[in-house]
Amino acid sequence: MEFLGYPADQWLPFVFAGLMGLSILIYVILDGFDLGVGILVPLAEEDEQDRMIASIGPFWDANETWLVLAIGILLVAFPTAHGMILTALYLPVAIMLLGLIMRGVAFEFRVKAPLHWKRFWTWVFFAGSTMTALSQGYMLGLYIMSLDSTWATNGFAFLTAVFLTVGYSVIGAAWIIGKTEGALQRKAIAWSQGGVWGLVLGVAAISAASPLVSPRIFEKWFSYPSYTYLTPLPVLSGVLMLFVWTRLRALAKDQHSRYAWGPFYATMAIFALSFLGMAYSFYPYVVPEKMTLYEAASAPESLIIILVGTIFVLPAILGYTALSYYLFRGKATELRYD
Amino acid sequence: MDALILSRIQFGANISFHILFPTITIALGWVLLYFRVRFNASGDQRWMDAYMFWVKVFALSFALGVVSGITMSFQFGTNWPGFMEKVGNIAGPLLAYEIMTAFFLEAVFLGIMLFGASRAPRWLHTLATFLVAFGTTMSAFWIIVLNSWMHTPAGFEMRDGVAFATDWGAIIFNPSMPYRLIHMLLASGLTVAFLIAGLSALRLLWGEKGHGVRTSFRTGITLGALLIPLQIFMGDMHGLNTLEHQPAKVAAMEGNWDTQGNVPLVLFGIPNSETRSNDYAIEIPNMASIILKHKASGVVPGLNDFVLEDGTVKHPPVAPVFYSFRVMVGTGFAMLFLSWAAVFLLYRRNWKAELMPKPLLVMLVPMALSGWVATLAGWYVTEIGRQPWLVTGVMTTKEAVADVPAPMVLSTLIGYLAVYVILLGAYISVLLYMTRKAAKGEPLVEPRRPSGAPLPTPAE
Repeated sequence: MEFLGYPADQWLPFVFAGLMGLSILIYVILDGFDLGVGILVPLAEEDEQDRMIASIGPFWDANETWLVLAIGILLVAFPTAHGMILTALYLPVAIMLLGLIMRGVAFEFRVKAPLHWKRFWTWVFFAGSTMTALSQGYMLGLYIMSLDSTWATNGFAFLTAVFLTVGYSVIGAAWIIGKTEGALQRKAIAWSQGGVWGLVLGVAAISAASPLVSPRIFEKWFSYPSYTYLTPLPVLSGVLMLFVWTRLRALAKDQHSRYAWGPFYATMAIFALSFLGMAYSFYPYVVPEKMTLYEAASAPESLIIILVGTIFVLPAILGYTALSYYLFRGKATELRYD
Repeated sequence: MDALILSRIQFGANISFHILFPTITIALGWVLLYFRVRFNASGDQRWMDAYMFWVKVFALSFALGVVSGITMSFQFGTNWPGFMEKVGNIAGPLLAYEIMTAFFLEAVFLGIMLFGASRAPRWLHTLATFLVAFGTTMSAFWIIVLNSWMHTPAGFEMRDGVAFATDWGAIIFNPSMPYRLIHMLLASGLTVAFLIAGLSALRLLWGEKGHGVRTSFRTGITLGALLIPLQIFMGDMHGLNTLEHQPAKVAAMEGNWDTQGNVPLVLFGIPNSETRSNDYAIEIPNMASIILKHKASGVVPGLNDFVLEDGTVKHPPVAPVFYSFRVMVGTGFAMLFLSWAAVFLLYRRNWKAELMPKPLLVMLVPMALSGWVATLAGWYVTEIGRQPWLVTGVMTTKEAVADVPAPMVLSTLIGYLAVYVILLGAYISVLLYMTRKAAKGEPLVEPRRPSGAPLPTPAE
């Protein structure tokens, strides 16, 4: 079963790594903004909290499904790597899951439990969102450190935990800027401005640490001629950050600017570029420095049967996801069932 | 305790907690579609009233199902890496198809179903309701396929200790799949039927007079009365299928130690694994042989056949399977008796739910959770009954467990248990709270207040 001249045990794992990468990227952006909204909730007044949560109400569940798909692809396409990575990250995964449970149920309990419990569930929503973001950042850091657990690597992981959490809060605030108006939008502009440092430092830390930890990654980035065609990546990231910064300042002066979605799209692009950079660094490894995706892949006959389904189903998923965002476009109001 | 037993308790707790919510949402999705379509056809507000109450129960149950389901997908890797390493080529595509054909469908259209009534055209909203119901059922289909394959594996070959698929048709339609799937879908239908009947009975007892609650009550009780005989028949078929493929499980269910004819049906007893017999047994002579082999002298395999020469036990622990089976069957007969009595009385009173005698309503209230009890007991029968195998004849549970230190597993186990207990408490109390508000005719969603306004004093 050759494809473009590559044998099946070459191109299938590559395609699945691409699909997994795509799912992770979509997850980080989509759940990134709704986790970010959760992280920011304590900073708002109660009726603003309702609007913030309403703005993500129809989407959060589908957003989290991308995580299930990503972990599902890791599980089904690279089962050995799945076991190695998840046992190495046992505790942060458990904390993330508890966080996801807490925020997921808080959506419902907040509006259905007796009124005097509402503040409690808002707090649970915040705590769960923050736990999830922190543990994801921690896992990211440990992954960059080749899943080794020492004082130094854990220290780095704590840093990435904070940076990713702040990064999520920026994209969350950028979402609220697009989705709301008035006093809440003004606050969200200030929250974004307050968090940009985390985005800058986070991208810088990941970019600097990966080549320093691994001579292989260093070689990939800084040997001639690769750095010539890789230069646009950091340059573009820098330009986008500058754009976010100036856009936010302009919005702070003139809230009625037509480009309220600018910071959101630019932050999305920054997440995507950082992700592409990481993917380039770690390829062909799925467990850093230990196992390549070709070694970890499932049997081609199992992968092909998943791929056939994916070709039909993925466009449908993207299509009805787009339908949902289109249906719930515009400024968020309160969430109602009728 | 070692990591194996702790991981088993953790996964058991997790999956027990999880199954409670899909059991509700699978069938409730179809009931909601029924309410919605009846409203579309008749324009009668009582169908919309019923829809509006139960869609909230659906949303709450769905959220709990999603979050506990995500947890499980991760535990394959964190606690049971051996499973995917050995049978990943089979389990993987099945799980992938569940995610792709079910999870996204449910998640996206749930948003439209819950919040899109005023934004989407009516046909799209009805379609969304259908797709959510369809998605939950597809999800059940794929996961039952995988689960059944673990009980009765087929369509594969082992190469170098790893399973490879040879026939996907045989994998999907493995011998126990149709029985288990129908048994589970009916279980979900019954859970929802009695949840609706029970909570509607409570609303009637609390004095609600509206047409929405009467419609709900009639729908629930009729659905229950229709499904329970089907379920008893299906359960019997499933049992015969199990006898063919997993005789040790049936032996444990029946508490039958020796392979013999004229096996009595043990109504109750205490299985004793020391003496390998039942203490204080109350029996009906020949009945087990008649049920399983359709004649009094029929020979039924016993547990002692599954002990190796060296004393290694290859059958499941008897007591939990034996007791769980009795809990399930007992609950099933309570369902049969109560739902038929209620339908009979409804028939005699011109289908007027408000004329139901109080004692019957009182008895129906605890039955709201009877589906949960029966479903959990049934799953314990089938899953504990599979031990010591994880995939029958292919790998044992012990082979799959992760090399994670026991204290680490213990710490996460305590964390999960604490969260599950709190969430279950919160879920049930919010259901009761919503029921009471509905009974008093108050709106379910609080009107929004401007910020800075003082908190209104809660009514209770």
